[in-house]
This record gives sequence, C-alpha cells and structure tokens, in this order.
Amino acid sequence: MGSLFANFSSGIVPLEAYIFVSLVMFFAGIYGFLSRKNLLMVLISIELILNSADINFAAFNRYLYPEHFEGFFFTLFTIAISACETAVAIAIVINIYRNLNNVEVDSLQELQEPELQDTKEQ
Amino acid sequence: MNYSAFLQLHDELSLLAVIVIILIYDIFASEKGARYIQPLSIVLLTVHTVLNAFPRADFEVAGGMYQYYPMLTYIKTILNAGTIILFLQADKWLRDDSVIIRRGEFYFLTLCTLLGLYLMMSAGHFLLFFIGIETASIPMATLVAFNKYNHKSAEAGAKFILSTVFASGISLYGISMIYGAAGTLYFDDLALLITNSPIYIMAMVFFAIGLFFKISLVPFHLWTPDVYEGAPTGITGYLSVVSKGSAVFVLFTIFTKVFANLTAEWQPILYGLIVISITLANIFAIRQKNIKRFMAYSSISQAGYLLLGVISASATGMSSLVYYILVYLFSNLAIFGVISVIEHRTGKVNINDYNGLYQTNPRLSAVMMFALFSLAGIPPFAGFFSKFFIFAAATEQGYYVLVFIALINTVISLYYYLLIVKAMFLNKSDQPVERITTDLPARISLVLCLIMIVFAGLLSSIYQQISALSFI
Repeated sequence: MGSLFANFSSGIVPLEAYIFVSLVMFFAGIYGFLSRKNLLMVLISIELILNSADINFAAFNRYLYPEHFEGFFFTLFTIAISACETAVAIAIVINIYRNLNNVEVDSLQELQEPELQDTKEQ
Repeated sequence: MNYSAFLQLHDELSLLAVIVIILIYDIFASEKGARYIQPLSIVLLTVHTVLNAFPRADFEVAGGMYQYYPMLTYIKTILNAGTIILFLQADKWLRDDSVIIRRGEFYFLTLCTLLGLYLMMSAGHFLLFFIGIETASIPMATLVAFNKYNHKSAEAGAKFILSTVFASGISLYGISMIYGAAGTLYFDDLALLITNSPIYIMAMVFFAIGLFFKISLVPFHLWTPDVYEGAPTGITGYLSVVSKGSAVFVLFTIFTKVFANLTAEWQPILYGLIVISITLANIFAIRQKNIKRFMAYSSISQAGYLLLGVISASATGMSSLVYYILVYLFSNLAIFGVISVIEHRTGKVNINDYNGLYQTNPRLSAVMMFALFSLAGIPPFAGFFSKFFIFAAATEQGYYVLVFIALINTVISLYYYLLIVKAMFLNKSDQPVERITTDLPARISLVLCLIMIVFAGLLSSIYQQISALSFI
C-alpha cells in the first residue's frame, strides 16, 4: 500500500488502481444483474461487466506489454460487439414492452416450472 | 500484406457467399419470387455442404489466428446437415401469416449463427473465438424471439439474450486475466506459457463459464427450459443440437490445446459437472408436463454424456465426441420435427396430448419412438453405439465410477423416454391428435433423420472415418 500512495503522489497511476476499478465494476455488474428489477437496469449491469474487462485489457496492454497492441485491438472489437448486443437486447426489451406494457423482471413469469405455476394459481 | 491467404478459408467464404446471395435475393425479389427463397436457401446450403465435405491438409492463416485441421470439415458438415434439416422442418411454419413477411430474415439469421459457429471452432486466437461466439449468439437471440407477437417467444428472447451476454461478459473477464498473465492470446503460444499458478486457474474457470452456459450444464442451465419452451420449435431443435454440439467441440479443443498444462485442474471440475448435470436433469425431466420443457431437460442430461468425451482428453475421446454429436443431432432433430408438425397443426405441446397418437398418426409416432430409443441408447439404433464409444473412451482413462454413474442414469432416462412411448402407443385418449398429413419438406427431413438413426450405428465405416482423423 505504501508504494501505491507514493506512486499516486508522484503523479503516476499504478496498474493496481486500474485493476481495482475494473474489479469493482465487475462485481457491481454481477450484483446489479442479480438484484435489479428493471430489464434496462439489468442491461446496464451487463454493460458494466463487459466494460470492466475492457479496462483490464487496455491497462494490461499499456503497463505490461506496451510493445504490441493486442489488448487495445481486443478492446476495440469488444466495444463494437457489446454495442451490437445492446442494440439487439434493447430491441427485445421494446418487444417485451409492446407485449406486456412494462419492462419489469417480475412480469416475465409465463415460462416457469410447472410446480411454481400451480402454486400461483392456488 | 498478402491477402491471398484468406482465399484458403473455403468453408467460411462459401457460406458467406450463400448468406449474401440469400440476403440480396430477399431484398430484391418480387412478391411472386419471394416464395422461392425456401428451396433456394436449401439448395444453396446443400451445394455448400457437398463442396466442402472433403478434408484438406492442415494450414494456418493470419499467424495462427485461424487454424484448420481435417476434423473441422467433419464437424462442420455435421452442423450443415443439422441446419439443412432445420430449414426443411421450418418450411411449413414459415408460411404462416404471422411470420411470412420475415421468412427471408429467418434463413439469413440462421446462416449467420452458423458462420459464427464456424469461426468459433476454427479459432486459434481468443479474439476470433470471442467474435465467433458472439456472431453465433446475437442472431440466435433474435431467432428465439422470432414470433414477436407471442408473449412466450418474447419472454424467451429476453431471458436468452440477458443470460448469454452475462455469461460472455464473465468469459471475457477471464480472457482479460489470461492476457494480463501471459501477454498473448494465441492458442499455440498460450499452450506453452500456461502453468498451474492460481491466476491461470481462475482465468480458466471464468473463461469456461461462458461455454458452460452455452452447453447448459447444470449450475448454468436455468435459462434452458424457459428458452426451449418459449422459442419457435425449429429454433429449439437448432439450439439443442447445433449450438450445443459445436460448443462442446470447442470446449474439447480449447481444454486440450490451450489448457493442456491444467488438465489435472479441469478434469475434477468436469467430473462434478457431469455427475450433477446428468442426475439432476434426469430427475427434473420426469416431472415435466410440456414436451419442449421435457426435451430441454433431456438435452441437459445429453450434454453431460457429451462431456464424457471431453473429460477423456484423448484421441478416442475426440472421435467418440464427434460421433456422439452426429447421432444426437439426428435423433433430437427427428423428435423436434415431430413435435413441430404436431404443434403447428394442432397447437398441442403437452405430453398428455400425445395419448393415443399411434391410432391416428402411426408413422409420426414410429419416427418419434425410434428417435427416443436412439436417445436412450437401445440397440440396434445409433444411440447405442454412440453411448458405447463415449463410455469406452472414458473407461480407457480410468473413470470407472463416473461411467457407472452415467450408466445408472441411462436407465433412469430410459424410464422417462419410455413414458412418451407409452403415451403414444398404450394410453387411450378420448380426443387424440387428429390425422395429420405431413408436408413434403418435413417428411423428407424425418426420413433423412430416420435413415441416419438406423444406419449410422450399423455402418462402422462412419466411426472409422472420424476416428482416423482424431488427434490430441
């Protein structure tokens, strides 16, 4: 920890700081995915997970392997792919809205285990 | 830079040509010409399959980013056959009023997922692998939600895309850790660099979760029954064989190639996953009422059997795995073909609705029975031989207890497969499914499946051909 603060005070951001940020984003994304009740918030949580991996790639490339650009390229491709995923996911969420008139996770209950449906009817 | 090396990618280029032709035809065809898109895409895909069915010598493109070895030709041909059968079976459904305006998109999107699976299997670098797996799963989500006015289909699409993107996000984080530790993402370089230090083990587990989701093994299977029930029936069949089979094949190549030094670490993980997948899926399958949900649990337990080939990590494991995928593909598609014919004509999807099917539709129930026998592994159908080879491969590596557990589960699975056979042949019903005349394409697909179910096991040259090209 001592060297971390020394680096900060000298104006150089250490690699650990980037990994820490990406780790926080990653687990915040997982928490959000599991706990959010709105489909759009779930989608944003997934974006956090994908972006945390992008931060990792860029930071590793810049600090550890600056002679090649493999990590940066991977980041560029990942950004494009996650944009596609978001576009398709938004389209599907809009379709859900047209069908059910809301985008709550709890309203997606038509497909369930038979036992769960039985208890609901009672 | 010399671009002529890319001309060696025969499989991908010819599939891309098929995709582009179908897309352009779909855009510019007149209303009268649009009805020919169905035979056109089936014929084009068949030509593509025949042209690329012959193995070539090994080669690499782009410094090892794309790798070719002869086994890929076989597995790609098997996947092509599955897609052709899907096109034949989906033909009647795509003439419905609700989807007829979008039928061109169906062929386009399905072939795009196939292209993604090709790239995923040929990858020699994690970047191409990731692009491939996403090219396969993004159009797949739109296909699952294809019946867009149907609540169930929309809900299944949402569940599919959210869980698949979540899984690939975790997988991506694992790849970033591999990059941080090794500094490269080429499979050949990584094979030498990876040691059994904690970061590599953690990265491997994170990475593998993405594939486990696609294969739908038990802790990662929760999306499977819902999506299988809600998706259009043809797409359910496609998800359960083509997408799953290629994911298992990729798991085999990556685990034995890239993570070869971690074999002692991943074998116990797979051991546990196989035991819970087969057992839990069998127990859950018994109490299902909807036949598509039932087939979802059946496919989870079949995924466990497929993994027996991966855990062997030997040349026999690879050949038995590819053979199992071949047999499983035809058996499962035969069942989904019958389900989709009955669902399309009558709207009935519950197992109770199959009571007395034999009295009204003897041929459909016979096809269904043979396919179920093949899935359960009853000789002389091909399923028996595929199970035999995959158990032999696992036994060769000393997994006696695991094979014993799998054998017990085969007996349990026989029970619930026979429940459907009993419903069709023995149970009486006041209102059985009325007599159905199957349309010609679906009939061709069912005959094709039936021929393969009966003869793929008896013609030993098929297994010998596959076995001659296996390696580790």
